[in-house]
Amino acid sequence: MAKNISVTVKFWKQNGPKDKGHFEKHEMKNVPDDTSFLEMLDMMNEELIAAGNEPFVFDHDCREGICGMCSLYINGTPHGKTERGATTCQLYMRKFNDGDVITVEPWRSAGFPVIKDCMVDRMAFEKIMQAGGYTSIRTGQAQDANAILISKDDADEAMDCASCIGCGACVAACKNGSAMLFVSSKVSQFALLPQGKVEAARRAKAMVAKMDELGFGNCTNTRACEAVCPKCETISNIARLNREFIKAKLAD
Amino acid sequence: MWLINSSIGRKVVMSVTGIALILFLLFHASMNVVALISAEGYNMICAFLGANWYAVAATVGLAALVVLHFLYAFWLTVQNRRARGNSRYEVTDTPKKVEWSSQNMLVLGIIVILGMGLHLWNFWAKMMLVELAPCAGDHHLATNGVYWIAETFSCPVYTVIYLVWLAALWMHLNHGLWSSMQTLGLSGKVWFNRWRVISCVVSTIIILMFVAVAVAFCFGYRPADFDQINAVVEGCHAMGLC
Repeated sequence: MAKNISVTVKFWKQNGPKDKGHFEKHEMKNVPDDTSFLEMLDMMNEELIAAGNEPFVFDHDCREGICGMCSLYINGTPHGKTERGATTCQLYMRKFNDGDVITVEPWRSAGFPVIKDCMVDRMAFEKIMQAGGYTSIRTGQAQDANAILISKDDADEAMDCASCIGCGACVAACKNGSAMLFVSSKVSQFALLPQGKVEAARRAKAMVAKMDELGFGNCTNTRACEAVCPKCETISNIARLNREFIKAKLAD
Repeated sequence: MWLINSSIGRKVVMSVTGIALILFLLFHASMNVVALISAEGYNMICAFLGANWYAVAATVGLAALVVLHFLYAFWLTVQNRRARGNSRYEVTDTPKKVEWSSQNMLVLGIIVILGMGLHLWNFWAKMMLVELAPCAGDHHLATNGVYWIAETFSCPVYTVIYLVWLAALWMHLNHGLWSSMQTLGLSGKVWFNRWRVISCVVSTIIILMFVAVAVAFCFGYRPADFDQINAVVEGCHAMGLC
């Protein structure tokens, strides 16, 4: 049985990467607790616009937990306290209590400059993918599905790694601003498969070099990234990336 | 040079130097336990590790490892703070699986270094340094390690300081060992938990061995031949034989 709750939203306002930024507050009254968090923000923006104020800017797209666009740091946790394996868009107001103050912040990392309010520029992840997150194949005719045999375990694990949606929660949670969980998941999704192994050394070196160039921090294995990852990526991927990278460098 | 230019390379340097230092600690702790059993045996080890070329070379190597580990730690921290950006979160809710020690390795490392300074002053400066430079202290006590253990830990303040230092060292090692294996790529889904258990066991054994010696000597325990060894050393000294 749905009930209505009233909360105070304390949200971050910032005009571009150079602006200092500040918090603003808005009271939300009688919000049905089966409303999603993003729907509640939509309602808040309608109220802000109706009152002649500037709306609060935040990223969102599919609202199905697939695209990785939503990126809010809610009450000290990237994506908020969702069920495991969920992003901000699958956070519901029933996770909050009547009278709560909800603090909404952007991903804070030098690698993700703020565009406006809580919308951050995550193009750095695209640049890392462009550096090596692919396989070079003359595609030609589609091959028979069983032409290259792959064990079920490897296929499943590669799929788990590929499920990383590149939302950046790992970077947001890491005290070092490290992107290793993202990069390692993207390296692993190929390294586990025979098609990806051909270019494994080049890929690991190129993606790590780009990650370093873009100013992401060094991983110190705090495990904050895997604790908040909406797709449950684990730091065993990071060990695999380290292995691939060290192997590649020693072979040079 | 990838050990300098890449983030993983820099972490590899931290890991390799860290593991080498853990192996040294394992040796040092095992050596200390001898002091609980035999004063003569312990002093023989001290004499063996005195101003011999191999001991001096090993000491220089160890110092280089510590310096490298320390410099890289600061270098990584500066880079990580820069990567974090200038703005800080208003609210942070640290996940349960994040250990306090993993987020405070530099603080723990600084405590370890400060404790090491005190330890070097308590022992190394009165033993190996005196052997190398006799004017630095009392030469006849330079290889009487068990005397210096008794002298240091008979002071309860020193014992408490050493225990605090060892607690910080335990936290540093407990995270450091499994983290090194992770950095070197020797971990994975299965070995992750194994390395964590091994780290906990190894660091606990090392620290308990150090603690046992400090606490035992603090509470007045002495090995059976302690008085005899010290009488012999005093006698030699009186006769000008050593």
